[in-house]
Amino acid sequence: MIAIDMAWPLQLVIAAFLLVGAVVALIGSWGLAKLPDFYTRLHGPTKASTLGVGCTLIGSLLYFSLQQDGISVQEALVTIFLFATAPVSAHMMGKAALRRRLPGVTGTRNMPDR
Amino acid sequence: MTPSMRKWQFWLPHPLFSLFLALLWLLMINDFSMAHALLGLVLGVAIPLVTHAFWPEEARIRRPLPLLRYLLVLLVDILRSNLVVALRILRPARHLKPGFFTYPLALEDDFAITILASTISLTPGTVSIHYDAEANTLLVHALHLEDEAGAIAGIRERYEQPLEEIFR
Amino acid sequence: MIAVVIPIAMTLFAIAALLNLYRLAIGPDIVDRILALDTLMINSIALIVLADIWMGLGILFELALLIALMGFVSTVAMSKYLLRGDVIE
Repeated sequence: MIAIDMAWPLQLVIAAFLLVGAVVALIGSWGLAKLPDFYTRLHGPTKASTLGVGCTLIGSLLYFSLQQDGISVQEALVTIFLFATAPVSAHMMGKAALRRRLPGVTGTRNMPDR
Repeated sequence: MTPSMRKWQFWLPHPLFSLFLALLWLLMINDFSMAHALLGLVLGVAIPLVTHAFWPEEARIRRPLPLLRYLLVLLVDILRSNLVVALRILRPARHLKPGFFTYPLALEDDFAITILASTISLTPGTVSIHYDAEANTLLVHALHLEDEAGAIAGIRERYEQPLEEIFR
Repeated sequence: MIAVVIPIAMTLFAIAALLNLYRLAIGPDIVDRILALDTLMINSIALIVLADIWMGLGILFELALLIALMGFVSTVAMSKYLLRGDVIE
């Protein structure tokens, strides 16, 4: 359990960041679980989860910067790293899926036939 | 090229990258003291020096100011795209019209193309999946594709033209 | 207020992790499983950061960074393995 002495507007901002991040990441994972084919599933984690975790990390950054003396920027590093790597892993997985000739859901337009 | 110039380039092949590494070290260690600043600078000089042989041709950022504006536009678009994708995910799947389209690139530089592909992956409902080096095209998958020409024109106007300006 | 929000956020991330495990279990293709593992890594980073705030430590950041690194490298390595030995390049 944590003891917090912080003005309530700041608490509100941090709490909003944490909550929004969690909800967005949950929607991303929900998309991963329910969308019909691999190519559509790829969209959930690359966007929603990355932004969700990004929001959580920004909330954590604000919290530690305000709680302790001096700013804490380490969480920003993880955020930047995630945003830089998510497109690359999505690209690699998409290429692997194309290479394995995974079928798209019926109604997919311009399905490449390699 | 004068000899002194060549010497300077030998020790500092990528000055901006060296600065970036030094800053990264300071952020990681989270301690902005003189000693760590010096250590960061030493690392920033040493790492490019050692890994120089593995580097491809370096892209030059011509104009930093449009780059800043580009990053701002990107940030807003990431937020907007998340809202759009989240709504698409929550609605029943039969409303989705996923599709692929081929995006013809106007950019030539490898680094700029990498940035554009990453941007496409991070923004509204699109993921870049395959880069065809011969035809210079990107294969893009869209979560909801209604207007193919519109999507291509949107990417061209919003991201590729600013990137051309930055890396020209 | 933060003390109230953190358990809620952790619950939501735990549900997200369960959804990823579901996708990991049913597949159907190995690429889907790679994607599920990648997302699981991303969600676990958030869980670690939240636990860090909850316990008031402020030192679990290195763990988050390491998991981010390992997740990225393993995802790319597995995808590259599936891609290897074809003329698509």
